[in-house]
Amino acid sequence: MLEVDGIHTYYGQSHILFEVSLSLEKGEIVGLLGRNGAGKTTTMKSICGMLHPRKGRLVFEGEEVTGEKPYQLVRRGICYVPDDRRVFADLTVDDNLDIVYRRTGEWSRDRVYEVFPPLKEIPGRRAGFLSGGEKAMLAVGRALMSGPKLLLLDEPTEGLAPLIVRSLEEQILRLKDAGISILLSEQNLKSSLALIDRAYIIDNGRICYRGTVKELENNEEIRKMHLML
Amino acid sequence: MASLADLFSSGTLSQFLVGLSRTTILFIVSSGLTLILGVLRIPNLAHGSLYMIGAFLAYSVIHFLGDGTAAFWAALVIAPLVVAALGFLLERGFFSYLYEREHLMLLLLTFSFTLIIGDLVKLVWGAEYRSVTVPRVFQGSAEVFGLPLPYYNLFLLLIGPFIAVFLWLVVNKTKMGKIARAAAVDSEMVSAVGINVGWVFAFTFVLGCFLAGLGGALIAPMVNITLGMDHSLIMEAFLIVIMGGLGNIWGALLGSLIFGLTQSLGILVWPQFGIVFPYLAVVAVLVVRPKGLLRSTW
Repeated sequence: MLEVDGIHTYYGQSHILFEVSLSLEKGEIVGLLGRNGAGKTTTMKSICGMLHPRKGRLVFEGEEVTGEKPYQLVRRGICYVPDDRRVFADLTVDDNLDIVYRRTGEWSRDRVYEVFPPLKEIPGRRAGFLSGGEKAMLAVGRALMSGPKLLLLDEPTEGLAPLIVRSLEEQILRLKDAGISILLSEQNLKSSLALIDRAYIIDNGRICYRGTVKELENNEEIRKMHLML
Repeated sequence: MASLADLFSSGTLSQFLVGLSRTTILFIVSSGLTLILGVLRIPNLAHGSLYMIGAFLAYSVIHFLGDGTAAFWAALVIAPLVVAALGFLLERGFFSYLYEREHLMLLLLTFSFTLIIGDLVKLVWGAEYRSVTVPRVFQGSAEVFGLPLPYYNLFLLLIGPFIAVFLWLVVNKTKMGKIARAAAVDSEMVSAVGINVGWVFAFTFVLGCFLAGLGGALIAPMVNITLGMDHSLIMEAFLIVIMGGLGNIWGALLGSLIFGLTQSLGILVWPQFGIVFPYLAVVAVLVVRPKGLLRSTW
């Protein structure tokens, strides 16, 4: 479904990603694991069009999409949920959902509220005043409104209380059941173990390991070297 | 200096109302400026030039249609629309390619536009003064608390709140307004939820230019329409916008009120130096609140 083929991404002069390749099939949850600053967010931003790789290709559903802008990729079905959420603080919860471009009629505000019931209680609250957990839900809900085929979730559970993490993870699994593919970044294996089917490990801007969760669990050396334990 | 008793005389009130009506123009123009500044982050020096074009266009339309009241109404619609169309061309033709650039570059570009537009206006309308007579329906004065207030000032007093409500509705109740507010803070994320931000920017710029043109058309019957009217206004509009908080429409309203009223009341207090008061007010506001009175989107 998604094919990232040897991309090199720069921030100005500094070379951040080196020859990053990864792929994702329909209905999969794939982990992108790595330490802080390893290149997870840069990889995600390169896929969603916020950053444009200088070299390499992106192919989505058989079509080359390299160099397209974020809004064009959203219209193809790729939607990014940033690690810092970036909800529209001035707008209410309802408005955050309403302004999203809707690719299909599949998702509505009511359906998002069904997935994240706590949001249903506060439709008129400004997003800037939400709790961390509510912001995380709103950020994912906002992405869902666009009717994504592929969600890029950048550390969705970062900074949340364990109870909220669990409920968010449950919802992420429900999204998978609904047929949405997910690329999920996390700093450690443990927090994503329940969710992902297989994983890539990224370190210093390079993919240094790829494999199933089982293989990764058994390979302590790799985990120690590249992940936070 | 006037004595204290004079300050509370009947003249104060009428001066206050005339000042308030001038505030309307300042508000209309500076709300457009602040809208563009807030959402597109363009410090548009050419905003005053668009206001000047609005005034000249109003003059031309009124003369072309034969000076009647109907001609005035037509000018009030046509002039802002033409200015808005011009804004659309500027945005699509120049600014849409330059959003990534730093503000200084944009500032220089808009400055060059003020020079070019100034010369173009001179080419089209010439260097002489132009004037428009107050349309017949607005000739004469109304009695307000026993004082004469020209009908045209009264009309401006009424149109100010109307524009404020209109802007409030556009910004808070329409989808485009909501998107523009989101884009003012985080345009990249707006793009990342599937919205073509370019069109949001174009819409906002066009709306801002429309307001500049409307301000120009509204002031036409009150002043000599002349080259250079852009310079004095853009200075005032920028001060108002800075005083109110960059990008905040209500800040523009507040700033216009402070600017317009200190000016008209200052004249009463100390006629020779009346013009100084609004600038003193700006200094006072910025000393107390360096980022402006209301929350800036910057």
